[in-house]
This record gives sequence, structure tokens and C-alpha cells, in this order.
Amino acid sequence: MKRRSRTDAIFKWLTIIFATAVVFLAVLFFYELGTGSSLTLRSGFSFITGSKWDPVGNVFGVLPMLYGSLVTSAIALVIGVPISLGVAIFLSELAPHRVRSPFSFVVEMLAAVPSVVYGLWGLFVLAPVLRDDVYPVLRTYLGFLPIFQSSSTQLPGVSIMTAGIILAIMIIPIVSSISRDALLAVPDSQREAAYALGATKSEAIRISVLSYARSGIFASIFLGLGRAFGETIAVTMVIGNTPLITGSLFSPGYTLASLIANEFTEATTPVYISALVEAGLVLLTVVFLTNIAARVLISRLVKNREAASYL
Amino acid sequence: MMSRRFLADKIWLSLAFVAVVIAVIPLASILYEVTRLGISSMNIDFFTKLPPTLLPGSVGGMGNAVEGSLMLVALASLIGLPIGLLSGVFISEYGNNWYGSTVRFLGDVLVGNPSIVIGILGYILLVIPFHGFSLVAGGVALGVMTIPIVSNTTAEALKLVPNSLREASHALGIRKWRTSILILANAKSAVATGALLAIARVMGETAPLILTAGISTLWYSGPFQPVASLTYYIYYFSTSFPSHSAEFDLAWGAAFILIVIVMGINLGVRIITRGTTGHA
Repeated sequence: MKRRSRTDAIFKWLTIIFATAVVFLAVLFFYELGTGSSLTLRSGFSFITGSKWDPVGNVFGVLPMLYGSLVTSAIALVIGVPISLGVAIFLSELAPHRVRSPFSFVVEMLAAVPSVVYGLWGLFVLAPVLRDDVYPVLRTYLGFLPIFQSSSTQLPGVSIMTAGIILAIMIIPIVSSISRDALLAVPDSQREAAYALGATKSEAIRISVLSYARSGIFASIFLGLGRAFGETIAVTMVIGNTPLITGSLFSPGYTLASLIANEFTEATTPVYISALVEAGLVLLTVVFLTNIAARVLISRLVKNREAASYL
Repeated sequence: MMSRRFLADKIWLSLAFVAVVIAVIPLASILYEVTRLGISSMNIDFFTKLPPTLLPGSVGGMGNAVEGSLMLVALASLIGLPIGLLSGVFISEYGNNWYGSTVRFLGDVLVGNPSIVIGILGYILLVIPFHGFSLVAGGVALGVMTIPIVSNTTAEALKLVPNSLREASHALGIRKWRTSILILANAKSAVATGALLAIARVMGETAPLILTAGISTLWYSGPFQPVASLTYYIYYFSTSFPSHSAEFDLAWGAAFILIVIVMGINLGVRIITRGTTGHA
């Protein structure tokens, strides 16, 4: 009897130890990135507020990269969220049952495409189309807005806008599938109540379904934001990697993640490495907080297994 | 008055369908272009030769990158799967308490962690101490990526196993740890699905490898030497060489292989598990 309980205890502790690996990892990220950036962390907020990035002169300000990360993520949300919500609504409210599963599968396949392939496609297929056919039209008709103005006559294919569009495509699978799960969790009585009041289908969706699923939809947007903010290689390939803050979306830019990917292997001095690690720390903190917000919303929303189990 | 409302209704609903079409276009275009531009590189040389040297007229393959990617993923699985699996067992079988929820929650948050940050961690802990990029650093970094994914999918899979099975096992006097193994075996297809999807995911990673595995123009030459990978080569070739060079074609070839493997795993898992689990 004693032996039996001992094997049980050993197995239990084994699983506890390995589970602790997950907790340990989360702590390790912050600890190592914190100590790894100690050389530049001391200089305080000038790292975030400074707009000059000059490794040779030991001046490290990541404002242009932070700007690039924020603006590309914002573009991704502005374009990606409405499309994702449309997809979610179609999959949960409109599509006949038979086609739901194949359609969800196709949309989720977008998540399976490796990000370097997005970069390759973005650089050689999407960017030329945007440059030749889309951006000139945007500039002609929306050029009264500063964000669609540009001093150069020939607009570049690689730009903040192109990076934002690639990110919009990349966040569609996660935003649409979490939103779809949130919509599916809305009880039918909500829909029926709206129909009983004479609402059309779209009115029922807007009035009762979307508002009921509000927090799940917000969670999906936070997850999309986290993904867009942290995406590295696809963005690096299409953004132009130039630390600029011009206000125009057609100008090349830089993001925190692409800064790290581009310059880490070239960094030779300890201060330079420390600055890049600190850029990673900023990135980690932002994405960690966004993901926590999303997960809190999801766990509060429903004890719905499907919604919480999505990768 | 009525007709305007119904017209608005039709327009709103069509917009949802338009969104689906817009979402599917990039996928179709990616699959089409990668196949069109990549399939011409598919020959024996691609898998058996080293990449072209900088000498003019040099052609080659990506044998070392195929080899490197497979080794990296194998090492990552070796590290990540056991840890993730047992952590998942903990969450499901012993984790009905604050610690279980904490592990689950942190796992969820870590899944969304930017992969480049994992690269930095690998660089600090495994590249600097061992004086250079290596297979070990790359494999560990990718392994770390799989841990939270496998942990959460395993936990989910085990929770789907009906409690009556646990109770029956317990009633027969079977010890708890053997019961856990039994539960694991019962959920094996869902557990395997999670593991395979995690593998497919890290197979397509580039950012962490730039800071850990590095890149190599040679075949595998030791665990503490830099190693080539398909993803890093796609990035390197497509951003450093002109269009329609031999390197450019090889980059598309590598993308094709990668898409075939990653999509193949996703499709295969989907077909095998169809009907056996409740997940749509």
C-alpha cells in the first residue's frame, strides 16, 4: 500500500515539475530580458521617447520603431477586424451547416501559412500590385488626408501600409475564429427575442447577437493586436526597415520586432546588444499585457471550452 | 419603409459573404504563386545539393536546409513534447486548483508570445555561453515554443475524456498514475493532433532561428555548430538576391516544400480526426 502511494506521488510531482516549466518560462522571459538589457535600461525613458537610433554613437531611441509597430498594428486592426467579423458572422449565423466546417477550415488555413512565406508573397506578389494599382488610387481620392500623402512621385511597394495589410491578412484567422466561437456561444433565445420584435436577420445580429458576444469579440481583437504587434519576419520583409516617422503610410518604416531581427546578428558591442534586448523587453511587455487582457475577457466570458482552447 | 429595411438587410448579409471572399483570396493567391514559382525547383538536386556559391553560374540545391529544418524540429519535439504532455496531464488530472488555473492561464498567454523574443532568450542563454549559433540553441528555442501549445491542447484533450472512465478505473483499484496514462491513451488522437500542429507551427518559424540556429552553407557538422534551415534561407535568399537569380528560384522552391509539409500536417490531422473528436 505504501509503495503504491509512493509511485502515485512521484508521478504527481513529475507532472507538477513539468507544469512548473510553463510558469518558470514566463518568469524567465522577463528576468533574462530585464538583466540582458541592464546597460541601457538605466538610461530610463529616453529609450522609448528618443527618436534617434545610432548604434555607432551609442544613442538608442526606439520611438520610430514603436511608432511603426503601433501604426502597422492599427492598420491591421482597421482592415482585419471588419473582415474577420464578417467571416465570423457568416460562419456562425448565415452559412448552411454543411458548408460551415469547410469554410472555417479554409480560413484557419491562413494561420498555417508560415510567416516567412507571407513575407515572400507580400514582397513579390502583393507589394507590386499595391504599388501599381492600389496606392495611386488611394492617393488620388484620399490624398486630402495626410496619411495618404507622399512627396515622392513613384510610391514605394515596401511601406508601413504594405506591412499593415500583410498583418491584416495574418490576424484574420485568430480574430475570426475567436469571434465565431463567441457568436456561437450566444443563446438562441437572444436571436428569437429580436425576431419576435420584428427584427430582420441583420438587425437581430447587430442588436442582440453582437452585443451579447461583445467581450469575446474584444478578446479576439486583443489577440489579433498581440499577434500583429509581435510579428517579425513577414513585416521585416515588406516594411523597408528605415527608422522614420513621416506621418505618411506610404513611407517605409521599422518595427521593434524587425529591428531585433535585422540588427541582432550585427550587434557587436555590449551596449548595442543591451539596447536590442530592451527593444525585445518592450515588445514582450506590450504583447504579454494584451494577451492577458484577452485571456481575462475570454475566461470571464464563458466557460466555453472551444473559445478558450483556440491556439 | 419595409422594403428599405429588407434591402439594408440583404446588403449587410452580403457584406459578410464578401468578407469571406476577401479572406480567402490571399490564401488562394499564396498557394497559386508558391506552386507556380516553386515547383520548377523540385528535383533531386534540391534535396541532395548544397546552396549555390557566390561564383557566377553556380547552381545548387537546399539539401542542407532540408536536413537542418528536420533536425531542428526533431530536437524541438524531443524537448517540448514530453514537457508539454506532462504539464497538460497536470492541468487536467491534478490541476483543479489555483495552480492548475495559473499554469493554464500562463500557457495561453505564452502561446501568443512573439517568437522573436524566444530567439532573444535563446541567444542570451545558449548562444553567448557557447560562443556561437548552434543546432542546440535553435532546437531548444523551437522546443520552448511548443511547450505551452502542447500543454494546453493536451489538457483540453484530456478534459474531453468522460469522468466515468476515471471513476471506473478508480473503482477497480487502479492507481492514479496508471489511470492518468489510461486517460492519455484514451485521448491519444486529440493529443497527437495538438502535438502535430505544434510541430507544424515551429517548422515554419524564422525569427527565433535568426538569433539561435544561425545559418550555414554546409551540411550538419555538429550540435554546437550553426545549422541551415528552410525558413532562414527563404528570408536570406529573397531579401539579398535579385529576382530571377538561382537563389530567388530556390527560395520559392523552399517555400513550396514548407507549404506542402505544413499544410500536409494540417490537412492530414483534420482528415484523421474528423468525427473522432468534437472539435470543428
